[in-house]
Amino acid sequence: MASDYEAIYADDRWSPVFGKLSWDVIPYYEPLVLMSFIGVVIGGGALFGWVTYKKLWGYLWTEWFTSIDHKKIGIMYIILGLVMLMRGFADAIMMRVQQSLTSSGFDGYLDAHHYDQIFTAHGMIMIFFVAMPFVTGLMNYVMPLQIGARDVAFPFLNNFSLWMTIGGAMLVNVSLFIGEFGQTGWLAYPPLSGINFSPSVGVDYYIWALQIAGIGTTLSGINLLVTIVKMRAPGMTFMKMPVFTWTTLATNVLIVASFPVLTVVLALLSLDRFLDMHFFTNDLGGNAMMYINLIWIWGHPEVYILILPVFGVFTEVVATHCRKQIFGYDSMVYAIVVITILSYIVWLHHFFTMGSGASVNAFFGITTMIISIPTGAKIFNWLFTMYKGRITYELPMMWTIAFIITFVIGGMTGVLLAVPPADFVLHNSLFLVAHFHNVIIGGVVFGVFAGITFWFPKAFGYRLDPYWGKVSFWFWVIGFYLAFMPLYALGLMGVTRRLSQFPDTTLSTYFHVATVGALFIAVGIAAFVLQMVLSYLKRDELRDDSGDPWGGDGRTLEWSTSSPPPKYNFAFTPQVHKFDTWWDMKQRGYVRPVDGFNPIHMPKNTGAGFVLAMLCTVMGFGLIWQIWWLAACAFFAAVVGAIIHTFNYDREYYIPVEEIEAVEARRSEQLAKGNPA
Amino acid sequence: MGLNKIPTISRLVAILLLLASVLALSGCNWVVMNPSGDIAKQQAFLITISTLLMLIVIVPVIILTILYAWKYRASNSKAEYDPDWHHSATLETIIWTAPLAIILVLSGITFVATHRLDPYMPIRQISADIPVPENVETLVIEVVALDWKWLFLYPEQGVATVNEVAAPIDRPIKFKITSGSVMNSFYIPALAGQIYAMAGMETKMHAVINEKGVFDGFSANYSGHGFSQMRFKFHGMDEKGFDAWIEKLRISGEPLGSKTYLELEKKTTGHPVVYYGNVDERLYHDILNQCVKAGTTCMDELMHRDTHGSHKTAKYQRK
Repeated sequence: MASDYEAIYADDRWSPVFGKLSWDVIPYYEPLVLMSFIGVVIGGGALFGWVTYKKLWGYLWTEWFTSIDHKKIGIMYIILGLVMLMRGFADAIMMRVQQSLTSSGFDGYLDAHHYDQIFTAHGMIMIFFVAMPFVTGLMNYVMPLQIGARDVAFPFLNNFSLWMTIGGAMLVNVSLFIGEFGQTGWLAYPPLSGINFSPSVGVDYYIWALQIAGIGTTLSGINLLVTIVKMRAPGMTFMKMPVFTWTTLATNVLIVASFPVLTVVLALLSLDRFLDMHFFTNDLGGNAMMYINLIWIWGHPEVYILILPVFGVFTEVVATHCRKQIFGYDSMVYAIVVITILSYIVWLHHFFTMGSGASVNAFFGITTMIISIPTGAKIFNWLFTMYKGRITYELPMMWTIAFIITFVIGGMTGVLLAVPPADFVLHNSLFLVAHFHNVIIGGVVFGVFAGITFWFPKAFGYRLDPYWGKVSFWFWVIGFYLAFMPLYALGLMGVTRRLSQFPDTTLSTYFHVATVGALFIAVGIAAFVLQMVLSYLKRDELRDDSGDPWGGDGRTLEWSTSSPPPKYNFAFTPQVHKFDTWWDMKQRGYVRPVDGFNPIHMPKNTGAGFVLAMLCTVMGFGLIWQIWWLAACAFFAAVVGAIIHTFNYDREYYIPVEEIEAVEARRSEQLAKGNPA
Repeated sequence: MGLNKIPTISRLVAILLLLASVLALSGCNWVVMNPSGDIAKQQAFLITISTLLMLIVIVPVIILTILYAWKYRASNSKAEYDPDWHHSATLETIIWTAPLAIILVLSGITFVATHRLDPYMPIRQISADIPVPENVETLVIEVVALDWKWLFLYPEQGVATVNEVAAPIDRPIKFKITSGSVMNSFYIPALAGQIYAMAGMETKMHAVINEKGVFDGFSANYSGHGFSQMRFKFHGMDEKGFDAWIEKLRISGEPLGSKTYLELEKKTTGHPVVYYGNVDERLYHDILNQCVKAGTTCMDELMHRDTHGSHKTAKYQRK
């Protein structure tokens, strides 16, 4: 079977016009793929038709696609994350069902060729196109508001970064219907990912989707970093920044320092594949270990890139819903900084089992354990913020409690894996799979849901209906435990990961429970979507006029604006005197200024980011299929487009005083309604 | 109401204890926690001890979380509320030093155990109470990961097998591991922790099996489509049985040289067990140095030339 697939991508099939594209690469003979293709065509067609019928294209283009407003870009990142969550989760369900079947003595409905693509896509999508857009979206939306800025430092770049990320996601999805995806695992270890062992376009889809999205991420990292360093409101010294802004700062330092490594290592891999170089091959001086080191020098900080922002989310949520200042702000900040630094000296713990000596292993094992000290301190800080607080059990707080309990378990198994001799028996087992889902679902996903629920009223002017949110919460939490606790057990029974076939039928119960857990999570996701829809329908009931919807307990500057905030965020740049600025302002009887406005200087929308990113995506497609003329033309067009864009001097405008007066007057009316949230 | 609750709570505790004991009992069948080789046993012990150590912090955190979440709920107006309390030097010292203390102890354990259980070092004991006898001979097994099967060579006995490996109990084993293809990880959970098999490189693992029996072995690192079927059996035998097994291989097995190897190297899934009785002595060296195919230069040869042979280096040395 496998050889058939390989024949389709053999070098003798290449033509100068279509590269390796031919009718054979479209898997219409695969019923599953065909069905999902028909589904996508019908669903996508319906959406397209609806948007066209409602004449929304113009609105979408001018108000969203070309928007350089950090708030809209943040929202679009989160929508991307939600859409890709569906895709990544569909992969997860397929894997669970396959393992349930094969562990009960059936053959399963997927052959290795498909199963291996699915787990590769699942991991890669969940990290790069679900978790990353979620946290980037939250950072983009919230951070400028928290520091009293009107936008990010480089608004155009922000829009370009978004579209580069979307471009990468599009390439991953195209691989479903044109050609195939990689079958290498989510980090594409060579020599398996080299041209000799993976001759098809699968790995090229992986590489170019990541290259394009990765450039977007690097640029967005630079952007947010500069924004925090240069654009804080007067008086906001570093030690007065909200904790979420601190975690955003740390995260973007990590992004800027680590993503270039990913870009380089993937570039080297593509040189191996395209130009027959030998960086990571078995022969001619290549060394695959070099790739493993480089990818994890990016990969370990990446873990903290995902988790640090949600640490920030939980901090804001705990302080607000306990109506109490965060306990130990200083040690919180130091903990964040220590984690940032330490995350660079632990990468080798991902491959203790590759034969490094005892001293090297011991060093990296111990540095890894040391990270648990600042992390532990943070957990205690949240705990003692609850102490002597007045805890209101809104959804974000529920997510936080579930997070603390779940995350300490994941942290414990993580430290266990950091003990090298223990790792020798647990590495690559389902125990490991359970561990990283424990910290990523229990940490990142719970945190993202807490964050979305927490800031949703800020972004849309109405709260999310709590009923379906709670349904979603319980299904997610219970589903998580059902799905992953059996995997811990299976790992201790010596079951390794990524098995498409499993001969031992005595363990099937564990796999079945895990599948049930995955179905619970499916209900959780459905309830979340339902919550969005129902809340939209009931938006008048759930309206927030105050701008400070959580009982008026908001502590940081974003809650001082209207919900949603005006496009200029703040009519006057706030003066910061204390940490928890908005809480402080409220305590001191802050009076909102209603006149004396000046025109506000703002950046203009532009379609350049969209156009350039789509050209890069086309270039990626050309490179994947080795349609060199297409790749060259798209690259050339992108460079020329970028140069032309630099000559566009019509980039900014002033919001006239009259408009500001009108907006602020509406805000006064809104506040006068006295909506006691 | 407090009185009514007591039986419920004690029943709950009883159920929890029962659950825990069921878990612990079933844990006995979990190969990683109850293995048959001394190295794996020490590794399992390390898992238990580290877990217990960490529970010292984890359990109070979970209990406190639930306790505070309940006690300081908004509807409980009796609980103290102090919105400005946000600092306590004592508490902050504790929250940093408590994890620090645990990690210090765990680091010490880790440092010692990592060196003690370094797979590159010969084993220090046959089992917890038997030291390694003075004049015992270590059994050497060479392991080659292929697409998608395992080749085992016994250099001292001159035999080899595919997808089956055996060793006498209570005798130190030294595995020399490489790959003829992509990365795999050589893992027999009952025997000892895994180590990667990588082409052009040799990793080593020392271990000992203490019980007779047939144990599962497999690749623990995904290596392509046939990965799931890349499994083999590891037999723990007594000395007599092992000698008989080797003899069986010698008699019944076909010869294994470069030609047979190049045929064997081709991709197969779920390869049957094969015995080879007469193995080319150079074969493992050539696999490791990527020169089985006629006309290829061995890597060690190349490296040797690079350091000594080329005129550039010579010039440099003359200076």
